Amino acid sequence: MTAASPILDIQDLRKSYGANEILKGIDLAVHAQETVFIIGPSGSGKSTLLRCCNRLETPDAGTVTVDGVDLGDPRTDINAMRRRIGMVFQSFNLYPHMKAMDNITLALRRVSKKSRADAEVLALAALERVGLAEKRNAYPAELSGGQQQRIAIARALALEPKVMLFDEPTSALDPELVGSVLAVMSDMARAGMTMVVVSHEMRFARDAADRVVFMDHGVIVEQGSPGEIFGQSQHARTRAFVSQLER
Amino acid sequence: MDAFIEQFFNLGVMAKAFPLLMRGLGMTLLICLAVIPLGFVGGLLVALARLSRSAMLRISVRILTDLFRALPPLVLLILVYSGLPFTGIRLSPFTAVCIAFFLNSSAYYGEVLRAGVESIGSGQWEAARSTGLSGRDTFLFVVLPQAVRNVLPDLVSNTIEVVKLTSIASVVSMTELLYSADMARSITFNASPVVLAGLIYLVLLWPAVRLASRLEHRVGT
Repeated sequence: MTAASPILDIQDLRKSYGANEILKGIDLAVHAQETVFIIGPSGSGKSTLLRCCNRLETPDAGTVTVDGVDLGDPRTDINAMRRRIGMVFQSFNLYPHMKAMDNITLALRRVSKKSRADAEVLALAALERVGLAEKRNAYPAELSGGQQQRIAIARALALEPKVMLFDEPTSALDPELVGSVLAVMSDMARAGMTMVVVSHEMRFARDAADRVVFMDHGVIVEQGSPGEIFGQSQHARTRAFVSQLER
Repeated sequence: MDAFIEQFFNLGVMAKAFPLLMRGLGMTLLICLAVIPLGFVGGLLVALARLSRSAMLRISVRILTDLFRALPPLVLLILVYSGLPFTGIRLSPFTAVCIAFFLNSSAYYGEVLRAGVESIGSGQWEAARSTGLSGRDTFLFVVLPQAVRNVLPDLVSNTIEVVKLTSIASVVSMTELLYSADMARSITFNASPVVLAGLIYLVLLWPAVRLASRLEHRVGT
C-alpha cells in the first residue's frame, strides 16, 4: 500500500429502500488526516452514505474500502474492521445502564480482548482527551448532552480508529453545549485524526474542514475547499442550500 | 364460631403439621429453584427466536408459545407425566414437573422478555455494533440488561405466578407444600394445615408482591 492510497475509498456506492434510490453512485476518497464535511438537505443520502462506511447499512452495489480492506468482501471480519471505524451518533447512544468508564471499556474488553486494568487505562486516556476524566463514574443520565456526546466520542477514540464518522454530532444539542463538542472535534482534527463529518455547523466547517462535499438527491453535486463551497460555488443548488444555512 | 376456629385455626393441629409442612416448603423451594431459571432461560430463547430474522423460526415459536399459554398448566403436566410413558419415555415426577413448567413458563417469560428487548431502541444496537461488538455481545451486555430492567415488574409478577403454580406438582405426588398440607388434613380431618400452608405462601410471596408493585411505580414515573 502506498502512502497516497486513501484510508476510506468509496466507489460507485448505491443504496435503495424499495423503489426509493437514496444513493445513486457515490465516489469519494478520504485520505489520512483529512477532515471531510458532508453537507446537503435532509434526504440527500448523507447519513446513509456514512452508515455504509461501517456497514450499519448494506449497500446494494459498489465498494467501501477502509485501510485497504473491502468491507463488502465476505471474508472480511466486519467486527474487527468496525473497531477501526469510529462512529458518533446524533443521539449519542451511550449505554444508559453503564458508567461512562464502562461505556468505553466494553468494546476494549470484548472486542480488543484487553484486561479490565488495561482497558481502564486506555479509557481514562480517551476521557482525558475529551476533558471528562472526572466524569468517569457518572451515568449518562447524570451528564449534559454535550458531555454525553464527548463520552461517546471517547468511546470511539479509545479503540484507536483509523477514521471517525460523525453523524450530525451536534444536532441534538442545546446551542450552548455545541461548542464543547466542536472543540473536542477540532482537537482531534489537529491531532491528525481522519474524520468524515455530516454536519451543518458551517462556521465550524470553515475552520476545521479540509474539504466540503455537497450532496443532493443521492449524488455528490460538488466538492471543494470550504471557501469554494461556501463562498463562490458554481452550482445553483449548492448556493441555494448554503444561503439557507446562513439564514 | 368455636367449631370454625377448631376446624381452620387449630393451633395444636398446626403445630403437629408444622414439621411436615416445612419439608413440603423445602420441596416447593427446590422446585422453584429448578423451574424459575429453566423458564427464564427458555424465555430468553423464545424472545430471541421471536426476534429472529428467520420467518420460519418466528412463526413456529409463536405457534408453540400460543399453544402452551392456552393449555392449562395442570393439563400440560398430566400429559407430560402420564402421556409420555406411552411413547416409551418414563419420567420421574420431578423431571415431568421441570418439563411442564419449562414449556409453560418459557412461553410467558418469553413474551415479557420480547417486549423488553423491543423497548430498546435501534440506536443502542447500532452504537454497540459500531464499536465492533458482535451481535451476541451486544445482546448480552447492552440490550438484555436494559430490557430486563424495563420489564422487571412483569418478570417479578410472572415469577410469583410460577411459585404459586408449583402447587400443581402435587398431582404427580410430589410432596411439596400444598401436598403436605393436604396429607396432614386427611390424617387429622382438620383444615388447619391447609390454612397454615396458605399463610406460609403468604409470608413467602408478600414481599415479592410488594416489590413488584414498587417496581411498577418506579417505572411509571
